[in-house]
Amino acid sequence: MSASTLQPAPQTPPALALVGQGVVRTDGHAKVTGQALYVDDVRPEGCLYGATIRSTVAHARVTRLALHPDDAAAGVVLVTAADIPGENVVALMTDDQPALASAYTKHVAEAVALVAAPNREQALAAAQRAVVEYDVLPALFDPEVSRGHEIRLFGADNVFSHLTIRHGDATGAFANPPAGSRVVEGVYRCGHQEQLYIETQGMIATPRPGGGLTLFGSMQCPYYVHKALKRVLGHTDFNVVQAVTGGGFGGKEEYPSLVAIHAALLALKTGRPVKLIYRRDEDLRATTKRHPMRARYRTLVDAGTGRLLAAEAELLFDGGAYNTLSPVVNSRGAIHALGPYRCDHAVIDALMVATHTPPNGAFRGFGAPQAHWSAERHIDRIARVLGLDPLAVRRTNMYRDGDRTPTGQVLRDVGIGIVLERALERAEKPLPPRLAATRPGGGGPAARLVPSRGLALAWHGCGFTGNGEAALKGKADVALEGRDVVIYIASTDIGQGPETIFPQIVAETLGLPLARVRNAPHDTAQVPDSGPTVASRTTMVVGGVAQKAARKLRDALAAEVGFDGDFDRMLAARKSTANLRVQAEYTDDGSLVWDPKTYQGDAYPAFGWACVIVDLDVDADTGEVFYRRLVQATDVGRAINPVLCSGQLEGGALQALGFATSEELVLDAQHGMRNNRLTNYIIPTALDAPEMETVLVEIPFAGGPFGAKGIGEIPHDVPHAAVAQAIERATGAVLDRLPMTPERVLAALDTAAEPSA
Amino acid sequence: MKIEFTLNERPVRVDVAPMARLLDVLREDLRVTGTKEGCGEGECGACTVLVDGRAVNACLIPAIQLRGAQVQTVEGLARSERLHPIQQAFLEHGGAQCGICTPGFLMAAAELLHREPHPSRAQVREALAGNLCRCTGYQKIVDAVAEALS
Ligand code: FES
Ligand code: FES
Repeated sequence: MSASTLQPAPQTPPALALVGQGVVRTDGHAKVTGQALYVDDVRPEGCLYGATIRSTVAHARVTRLALHPDDAAAGVVLVTAADIPGENVVALMTDDQPALASAYTKHVAEAVALVAAPNREQALAAAQRAVVEYDVLPALFDPEVSRGHEIRLFGADNVFSHLTIRHGDATGAFANPPAGSRVVEGVYRCGHQEQLYIETQGMIATPRPGGGLTLFGSMQCPYYVHKALKRVLGHTDFNVVQAVTGGGFGGKEEYPSLVAIHAALLALKTGRPVKLIYRRDEDLRATTKRHPMRARYRTLVDAGTGRLLAAEAELLFDGGAYNTLSPVVNSRGAIHALGPYRCDHAVIDALMVATHTPPNGAFRGFGAPQAHWSAERHIDRIARVLGLDPLAVRRTNMYRDGDRTPTGQVLRDVGIGIVLERALERAEKPLPPRLAATRPGGGGPAARLVPSRGLALAWHGCGFTGNGEAALKGKADVALEGRDVVIYIASTDIGQGPETIFPQIVAETLGLPLARVRNAPHDTAQVPDSGPTVASRTTMVVGGVAQKAARKLRDALAAEVGFDGDFDRMLAARKSTANLRVQAEYTDDGSLVWDPKTYQGDAYPAFGWACVIVDLDVDADTGEVFYRRLVQATDVGRAINPVLCSGQLEGGALQALGFATSEELVLDAQHGMRNNRLTNYIIPTALDAPEMETVLVEIPFAGGPFGAKGIGEIPHDVPHAAVAQAIERATGAVLDRLPMTPERVLAALDTAAEPSA
Repeated sequence: MKIEFTLNERPVRVDVAPMARLLDVLREDLRVTGTKEGCGEGECGACTVLVDGRAVNACLIPAIQLRGAQVQTVEGLARSERLHPIQQAFLEHGGAQCGICTPGFLMAAAELLHREPHPSRAQVREALAGNLCRCTGYQKIVDAVAEALS
């Protein structure tokens, strides 16, 4: 009952043998039989166990660092920054983050030193009772205070990134408001969110018999790890291999570099394989989160229709103690800040500031879920202030073909109207029955449940911003090996499906059965750099490169045998049995123009479009929200594999519902995560999750393989905003801050109940 | 402490501390690693196995309780080459994405289907509420379990 495919009438794509088929994932059998090997399932001969000594304060000089005498006597190995052969840095966008903060720490739970011991318990105990003494320094936790503060975290002013997008003349528009216009202002906030992959971070470093190291572990981006390790080791005598990875969502984009560095340092010092697996509480406390945001919107609107005439949006993100990928989050947040709505005069100002909080980093959506929250809440505010229907205000403002975005990009094939209609159609189906509510505290037979519905709209730029792809030149190899074809890519499967989708694309292109095409292991010794597995780019961008490589392979084979025809006939005519391997890299037609200095031009090669409709009940006594159904209609370009595609959309949407109502980080005095357990950081269960209806709309993107667009992030962009609208519609409670916990809902209900001010 | 129990219908013998977790006995002592660890404190269900036919969290069961028990893990679901219907249903419906939660879900679902071969979707959601999945949104998992034997 979940997914179906709808195509806009004029563009019905041809039926293909493999593309568009929900074939069973190629790694499925190993996963349902327990044979898939995740990093912790592997134990090399003679393996030691690593653990991390972490700072307990937010900002301090480390004055003493030593093992507990019993551990030292027992032969536990200690590794500090002094053991680093190369540079003490985690190389990423900037070089501000040390691999080990052995002398000076800028956030709680930062890795100060490492230990290795023959078993896990011993290693963990040694890390726990190691002696670390601090000279504590004052810490900055509020980005508004930190900006320009004399305590330096980053650069001259503690700003990781500041950018301004100017479109039209907003100042002029506000200065000369037309008759019948009105100013609407609002402030919107989001808290941290944890990716919460169910497999914690983990890595094994193994000395290779002939010298050098192999890193094997849970990750999204083998070449990020490679780049970082090269600087720490001072050489490239190592390879990085992805293990089957138990979820990422951005949380395994940049962070595994640190885990790999640590495992490598321990293996170097001990000469033995070392396994480093984070405990859940440690993972939650130490690893990156979604960036909290505070946003201020001021718009000039037509009072009769709610049409946006001018907008000023200020986004302020808390980056945490190190830069990580925060400037990219700031950028994507800024570009998506007005949602899928046209506004001809806009200034968007986005600021990413450093604080002494554990670094925030990549998380599905990369700033867009926060930006959409503000945009959608603001549209609802406009409707409320003007006494208009929120859907009508959306229809008035949503993009149409030929409209310009704030970066000046002219939009083509805008899908927002189609996804809106498809979602509304699907939402006419009767609702599923309420679950017999057995949860304590709410939903019982006496509960005052108020049913309601909310709707929100999203757009999402697919792939890297601007000239990112052209600069990166992601590569893919395709090789004929015997009668089979092997794809060599660095793009990893973290659940989303490239182990299946890439063979589907290549097999379809070559006219081969799926069983004869497979991905090679994602080992930097074997695969070229395809770019990272991020930014909704894997299928759309790298998939396109793989398709190009497949065509090149066909050409090479045709040249070898002297004719171009059926793949197997060419194969039969082949005299050589040698492997035939070709490489392709990303190029585009150069029609995208982007100026990173002014933030003007074509921000993305393609946009995805989505409409989300959430049906829920609000418990008016407890403030709890119970989800009944979530309908989403999403323009996916072309669903290479509709089962995997809708699976991504459903998972992303539920993650956003967690962001909406239950997932909240409670910070302690040092700004460490206090609720760092699954008992108190609450993600949705099968009982909390709504039934989902997922409509795949296909407006093909000419630059993607078979028309595919990226879809990994867009489902996380607006379900939380739809929830807020539903709560407001049911109860009058206005919530502009995430998460909308029962306490906040009750507080907003109280405010709503007060005689109108 | 020496303990004998039955694992996937084969007798096994281990020498472990009395309070060793069943999860570690399986993964570290017996090197049967299909059962996963997600939290170590009974919250995520990644470690779900059947002990005497009941779904339990292996991270909470001390070895001392295993004496003479019948333990079944994901490795024991398939009959030689033939997948258990719930495994087949997970494949067809797309119930596994990253797969780290899958063994736990399969065991919880197997217990449910044994009790109730044709569960309603609400019953499925109730029975699986102790297992966390961050990838799927549960839709395809519920589809798979509800339709496994239909
Ligand atoms: S590992 Fe046992 S419940 Fe999470
Ligand atoms: S499939 Fe990844 S956690 Fe469930």
